[in-house]
Amino acid sequence: MAKVLMKGTEAIAEAAIQAGCTHFFGYPITPQNEIPEYMSAHLPEHGGVYIQGESEVASINMVLGAAATGCQVMTSSSSPGISLMSEGISYLAGSELPCVLVNVMRGGPGLGGILPSQADYLQATKGGGNGDYKLLVYAPSTLQETVDLVQSAWDYAFKYRNPVMVLADGFMGQMMEPVEIKEYKTDKGEYKSWALGNFAERGNKRSLLKSMYLTPELLEAHNIKLQEKYDRMQKEEMKYELIDIEDAELVIASYGTSARIAKTAIGHLREEGYKVGMVRPITLFPFPYPAFEKLTSTTKHILDVEMNMGQMIDDVKVATKSRFPVSFFGHCGGLAPSVEEIEEKCKEILG
Amino acid sequence: MSETKVYSKPESWIKDVHTHYCPGCGHGIAHRIICELIDEFGLQDKAISMAPVGCSAMMYDYINIDYVEAPHGRAPAVATGIKRSLPEHFVFTYQGDGDLASIGIAEIIHAANRGENITAIFINNAIYGMTGGQMAPTTLIGQKATTCPLGRDPKLAGYPMRMSEMLASLATPAYIERVTLAQPKYIQKAKTAIKKGFQNQIDGKGFSFIEILSTCPTNWGMPPVKAFEWVLEEMVPYYPLGVFKDFE
Repeated sequence: MAKVLMKGTEAIAEAAIQAGCTHFFGYPITPQNEIPEYMSAHLPEHGGVYIQGESEVASINMVLGAAATGCQVMTSSSSPGISLMSEGISYLAGSELPCVLVNVMRGGPGLGGILPSQADYLQATKGGGNGDYKLLVYAPSTLQETVDLVQSAWDYAFKYRNPVMVLADGFMGQMMEPVEIKEYKTDKGEYKSWALGNFAERGNKRSLLKSMYLTPELLEAHNIKLQEKYDRMQKEEMKYELIDIEDAELVIASYGTSARIAKTAIGHLREEGYKVGMVRPITLFPFPYPAFEKLTSTTKHILDVEMNMGQMIDDVKVATKSRFPVSFFGHCGGLAPSVEEIEEKCKEILG
Repeated sequence: MSETKVYSKPESWIKDVHTHYCPGCGHGIAHRIICELIDEFGLQDKAISMAPVGCSAMMYDYINIDYVEAPHGRAPAVATGIKRSLPEHFVFTYQGDGDLASIGIAEIIHAANRGENITAIFINNAIYGMTGGQMAPTTLIGQKATTCPLGRDPKLAGYPMRMSEMLASLATPAYIERVTLAQPKYIQKAKTAIKKGFQNQIDGKGFSFIEILSTCPTNWGMPPVKAFEWVLEEMVPYYPLGVFKDFE
């Protein structure tokens, strides 16, 4: 397939279908409605199943049921909808079930707004639901990167038997961009060894998928096992991009749409002789701490740029071990940091 | 010629386990009916169920089939996801009245209304058992519970919800019947009803719902024999037994 001009939400849906997604359960919420709409029209053409749940709560539990059978299942929602799904997400993680979740983020808290935002960084990376669990969280910054990460998401969901979340924002969802979507073959691993529906194949041994362990020692053992998995993700699955950090005096830390805007600002600033670079986390969990260890002695300052009130800043401070002062610049709830504003902020820091 | 009938534990009952249920609780009887039917239909390798939240949260410790845990009230949504992925498998839910009629009321109504081809078993004992005897949507007027210590007051909590009647108002469901476990003759009728719910799914008829009036002697504060009498004296007049919907 050659490059075609597609809206972000529709590209996400088509990418998922081409990667073998067979089941989609979701509930309408702006600004991601084109994903379920596209799925309802096209998934049945590919032999798949689309159901509109009566709520986000029901939808994520339909995802849980389908995930327990080892099929390629996904849902998409936007911020308040993800809050409602958080119970189910905790159960999915606790019962070690693979699925793909897309959050097309909008402004919060509460009903917030319907315009683009990155207000769910903390919800996605530090919890959302109850208990010690982690999602593998991707924050793509272009539509092509979104497509590629959505398509490979099931590989990791099945590898780790864990939900994978793709964090997009309203800009990426609504913008049109040229994008190439190829057929993608997912590796589901030995899923029949754990999934429901394989009683006879397993030699009359049943599958029991659960997160409840009333004996404290067993619950702790379960948590230790989960933690080992998250540690393995931290070692093996980090993704990030480094831009012009070798001689950078100021390094921007940014992801998703904010990083894309900041990249343009860096180009302009470099033309004017300002030495600015960027660390762009692509995985928000696992957070790419080692990327910040690559900063050289020329770096004097970090500028965290996000479309929220500074949710990543603590991770950046941990990653830099407070070697540098860390400033923040951002807007939220539909206002994005402009190229000019970022340039101005960088110049102000650099003096 | 006389026939010898040997009563033994069902094959799908996990060997050498005893339930954690209180004396006089109906769960054990309902579990046994389900296991007998799994055996009679030869469904052990095809049956999938969800552990609900409530006293039956550990029913997978007794019934040897594929199980996944459902969050509180969400079993009908989880069952939807399973059945839509594995349409040739046999999927049944098993929920209590707090789980189904309170926190999970949206999930059961919509699963019923979509006509999911599943069998839903609803254990109604008019109280929250696992959490220690709080008021349920099904608690009778005047019935005492830890969160209505003077008895359920309809001015404060409304009247008990009749789930079978409510679901029977929907156009889609195939079969809805209310039964009880209060006496052996009723247990046989309960088994016949659940068997029909099983057969409906196998025949692809859609959503079947069997409400079982059951007991909770511990939280009702009465001995087991009295509890079974109480079902017939107090529950059945408000929750009439019978078929509320049958597509045939």
